[in-house]
Amino acid sequence: MDMKRDYYEDVELFSSPVVVFWFIVLIGSLYLFPMFVDNYYVYVANYIAINIIVAAGLNLLVGFTGQISLGHAGFFAIGAYGTVILMIKAGFPFLLALPCAALVAAGFGFLLGLPALRLEGPYLAIATLGFGLTITQIIGRVELFGGRDGLHAPDLTIGPWVLDTDKEFYFLVITLTIFLLLFMRNLIKTRVGRAFIAIRDADIAAETMGVNIVFYKTLAFAISAFYAGIAGGMYAFVLKFIEPEIFTLLMSILFLAMVVVGGLGSMLGSVAGAVLLCWLDLKLRNILDIPYLGEWLKDLSENWFSITGVSNIQYIVFGSIMIAIMLFEPLGLYGIWIRMKKYWRTWPF
Amino acid sequence: MIDFIQMIVSGVATGSTYALMGLAMVIIYKTSEVPNFAQGEMALITSYFAMMLLTTMNISVYLAFFISFAFAAILGAFLEFVILRRAKEPNVLGMIVITIGIEMVLLGFVSWKFGAEEKTMPFPIGPYDGFIVGGIYISKLDVLTLISALFFMIVLYLFFKFSKLGLAMKATQQNSVAAQIVGIKTNRIMMMTWGISSLVGATAGLLISPTVMQPFMMWDPMLKGFAAAVMGGMTSLPGAVIAAYMLGIIENLFGGYISIEFKTVVAFAIIVLVLCVKPSGLFARHYVKKV
Repeated sequence: MDMKRDYYEDVELFSSPVVVFWFIVLIGSLYLFPMFVDNYYVYVANYIAINIIVAAGLNLLVGFTGQISLGHAGFFAIGAYGTVILMIKAGFPFLLALPCAALVAAGFGFLLGLPALRLEGPYLAIATLGFGLTITQIIGRVELFGGRDGLHAPDLTIGPWVLDTDKEFYFLVITLTIFLLLFMRNLIKTRVGRAFIAIRDADIAAETMGVNIVFYKTLAFAISAFYAGIAGGMYAFVLKFIEPEIFTLLMSILFLAMVVVGGLGSMLGSVAGAVLLCWLDLKLRNILDIPYLGEWLKDLSENWFSITGVSNIQYIVFGSIMIAIMLFEPLGLYGIWIRMKKYWRTWPF
Repeated sequence: MIDFIQMIVSGVATGSTYALMGLAMVIIYKTSEVPNFAQGEMALITSYFAMMLLTTMNISVYLAFFISFAFAAILGAFLEFVILRRAKEPNVLGMIVITIGIEMVLLGFVSWKFGAEEKTMPFPIGPYDGFIVGGIYISKLDVLTLISALFFMIVLYLFFKFSKLGLAMKATQQNSVAAQIVGIKTNRIMMMTWGISSLVGATAGLLISPTVMQPFMMWDPMLKGFAAAVMGGMTSLPGAVIAAYMLGIIENLFGGYISIEFKTVVAFAIIVLVLCVKPSGLFARHYVKKV
């Protein structure tokens, strides 16, 4: 889009003071946002922010390194259970338990990255998918993890503060999200990030140029798993209660859908994809409550379909979005955004 | 000893279902290199279609099944024609996402139309019909599944080896441009492939439906069938079937002797181990990437 003239322009975080200004405005409004809205919307914002973290991490793996993962719900579960267990059983404070659990997830990511060195395409898909399912099954069967009954999240205290409402928790979530996204954006612009992109574009060429494939592929898996672990740890406190049934294959698919719908290899895209799909997810759970559309659907369901299965429309919507994006705009929402920008820049002509 | 044989028998029975799903996936992958995640749901919708025919219309079971098979074949061809063919940049990730999308649409449609509750399929053979040979219980349904799996394996193997259409399918996978040059209509071949594959998958769906019939019934067989196909090398029909039986038997033995709780995940652990040692499966020639 914009022409880059030298190396420093390519690596700088903000391209102009105008961008810095808007960035500060965005951060400010994100922090002021809970003062003006209901508690429910703060809950939604927490939910979305957590999914943004996972989507960003998964995008590093899928979009930037060119691997496939259908097992991110597994890392998410490790983060969630790890954080809660470390706090309950080992008495860790939250701010220590969260990175520890995420590091455990990263360790598993490293392990999964080892077979991934030799696998690609459908082989990698089934290996990661199997990993995700295995983790959920194991967690559901081990007593330490609460088994099928699940676990209650303990009270969340950071130093002198007790974070027991969604609004208080929001500030923690949003701070971590902003920090992690900035870190990711910087990472992509460094030597490491360029190595990831080189592996995606042509792994043999990258290896010839001296990129250590073993190191960088496993690193991509580990970082991606770390992000999912952090997000999982916070998700446990959004839900206040975790059970193995939450972390299904469907969740992994949804994470992948966020990345693909948003746009592969674009940070902005992951954010947009996560926001869109999470919002739709929450809306479509109570589809009959939507004005006008809900009543029409109710009529339709009673006459032609079954009223008990009406919430399954969300699968139809998600599936159609995934198909439509892949067919018409493989770059996702980010691609649409780029095209809009181009169109308006030269508008009258 | 009886226990052991009984476990092997149930393993073979489970393996047959996996084998049918695995075969269906291999057919599509052989021709178009698409790992088809929608396979299970294509079978699901066919089973529900058959159930609808049997419960609402007064027709014989055989006619209903015949119509369902035709429906399955048309559905497969239709999906290829309307969706897969329109993909702009067919890379592996894109294809996986599209087929997962199809899967979700079909799953959502079925559970919207029929509700999420358990249904009963008016199948001529019940799930508990069986006979006892030397102290071992064999269910009739399992025998039927075993026969259809072996039947499809042999027929498809011969089909790909000797028939003109089968050879054209192979040619399409190996080099679609060259195939077009020698006069193969690759688009039409793809459509037929999807039709045949959908039909094979639908057989598995119809044979599972007497035992369990709810919208998520095809997930486990589909994933295990996919796992078997990958383990067999993704392009080898006998490989997929052998791997499916291996998975089925190992799973049942593991469930019987070690831990019934982790029975369902052992298949995936095996897959990961096998793939670590042989990255392109047990029965495929090693895949060498062209630069």
